[in-house]
Amino acid sequence: MPFKVLKNIALLSGAALALSGAAAADPDDNKLIIDGEEIATDAAAPEGSPFDRLYSGWRFRTSETQDLQADDFENPGFAAITLGEELWDTVEGSEGKSCASCHGDVSEGMKGVRANMPKWSEAAGKPQTLENHINTCRTDRMGADAWKWESEEMLAMTALVGLQSRGMPTSVQTDGPMQEWWEKGKDLYYTRVGQLDMACANCHEANFGKMIRADHLSQGQINGFPVYRLKWGGLGSIHRRFKGCMENVRAEPFKRGSDEFIALELYVASRGEGLSVETPSVRN
Amino acid sequence: MELNRRQIMALAAGSAAFAATTSLSFPVLAANDAQDIINAFTGGAEAGEGALTLDAPEIAENGNTVPIEVTVDSPMSEDDYVEAVLIVADGNPNASVATFHFTPMSGEALASTRIRLAKTQDVIAVAKMSNGTFAMDRKTVKVTIGGCGG
Amino acid sequence: MANVKPRVKVPKSANAGEVITIKTLISHPMESGQRRDKEGNLIPRQIINSFKCEFNGTPVFSCDIEPAVSSNPYFEFKARVPESGEFKFTWVDDDGSVYEETKKIEVK
Repeated sequence: MPFKVLKNIALLSGAALALSGAAAADPDDNKLIIDGEEIATDAAAPEGSPFDRLYSGWRFRTSETQDLQADDFENPGFAAITLGEELWDTVEGSEGKSCASCHGDVSEGMKGVRANMPKWSEAAGKPQTLENHINTCRTDRMGADAWKWESEEMLAMTALVGLQSRGMPTSVQTDGPMQEWWEKGKDLYYTRVGQLDMACANCHEANFGKMIRADHLSQGQINGFPVYRLKWGGLGSIHRRFKGCMENVRAEPFKRGSDEFIALELYVASRGEGLSVETPSVRN
Repeated sequence: MELNRRQIMALAAGSAAFAATTSLSFPVLAANDAQDIINAFTGGAEAGEGALTLDAPEIAENGNTVPIEVTVDSPMSEDDYVEAVLIVADGNPNASVATFHFTPMSGEALASTRIRLAKTQDVIAVAKMSNGTFAMDRKTVKVTIGGCGG
Repeated sequence: MANVKPRVKVPKSANAGEVITIKTLISHPMESGQRRDKEGNLIPRQIINSFKCEFNGTPVFSCDIEPAVSSNPYFEFKARVPESGEFKFTWVDDDGSVYEETKKIEVK
């Protein structure tokens, strides 16, 4: 579509102009308080981190967008929580089970789970994301069909499970069998790809805090996923965001759920070690 | 904190040169029928200022979800209340956005929602009072295009 | 439409005559009718086109909604509470579906 191409060119040139002229716009000092409880949106940088301090993407958004996340009713991501709660109790598949049959109340059974994703699975022989774990439960224990990665049901369930860890610091295993995957993720993070020849690090490490045209670049942290993006008008997964970034630099994106994105998710999660889970967060 | 020239070139592959030419490629959208809709709502009556306040961000982080709020100074009693507030956006493909209908049971003439704005434009609110008078407010909302779509 | 979930926030109690804040949100894509699919065909409009709130059968607030209202439509408004009773909320979809929710409130 010719219009789209023109738009992309204009967008790019705009980015260059904005970056050349923009003053620094560091993360703001606002505090995220939900129902009277503060959720830390920054954290000490872990050893070996390229950052002086870690900042959640929330700190880079406008106050209007920040406000949407500060109230669980106004947060449009919570519409999916309502669906997730229904699905949690829905019996499906040949075994006659629901999530609740094995895990009980979601607030107890799933507390802390999101904070350590992705996690090594001996059975799978590789790291498993929250989506992988949910689908393993569905196919192996419930005898139900797997959900598609970006389906409404999967997003509702990852949001519901993630919410049970809200406010808890994230931490992922990077040693042992995870090390090889972590290295692979790191390679991907620093490898320039696409027609624009850019790596994740070019924006989210070297230039976070600056304006890329009208957009305030964050550190690319994933502690708030699945995230309600105003642009999407709905929730989306970590891998959807990775895919979008790759398309922006005009690279051939990996598939959601691919080994590449699982490795990248592990590596990016490790870069945010200590940031609080904010699921379901709100971004632009 | 400015990027040096080499970094800029690396990020944007020298595409800045296209800026001048491509900006000319965008069609200028004709004004929509916002004024007609307002005229139909007011019956052509003059709308005063002051009684109605429209709150909207000066810059929207994303045009897909722009929070707006209207408040009208009114006793909201049985014989003096705000009947309706019309919201239009003068740069969208269709100007109509929403119409709020109040009653004395509303207690206060306040309503907020989230709207879609296709580009930088004026959002206009017009209130119709039970006594047949009208009040208006407008806000320009800048809608930015992010450096990254994703 | 599947998976449309209304959410409503109303205080559980109020003083007689008090004006309270009500917040509502319904999960809905609000397909504007302006977008095209991958083949270039227009995706037909499907939105929530109206919303109303009544208290014990009396209209409190309502809204005519156009495609320019964002997905997952959110409305916040006020209501005077003269007596104990029930708020009823109704959303109407372009496809004819009607979504309803009720909330009781007690006057102290």
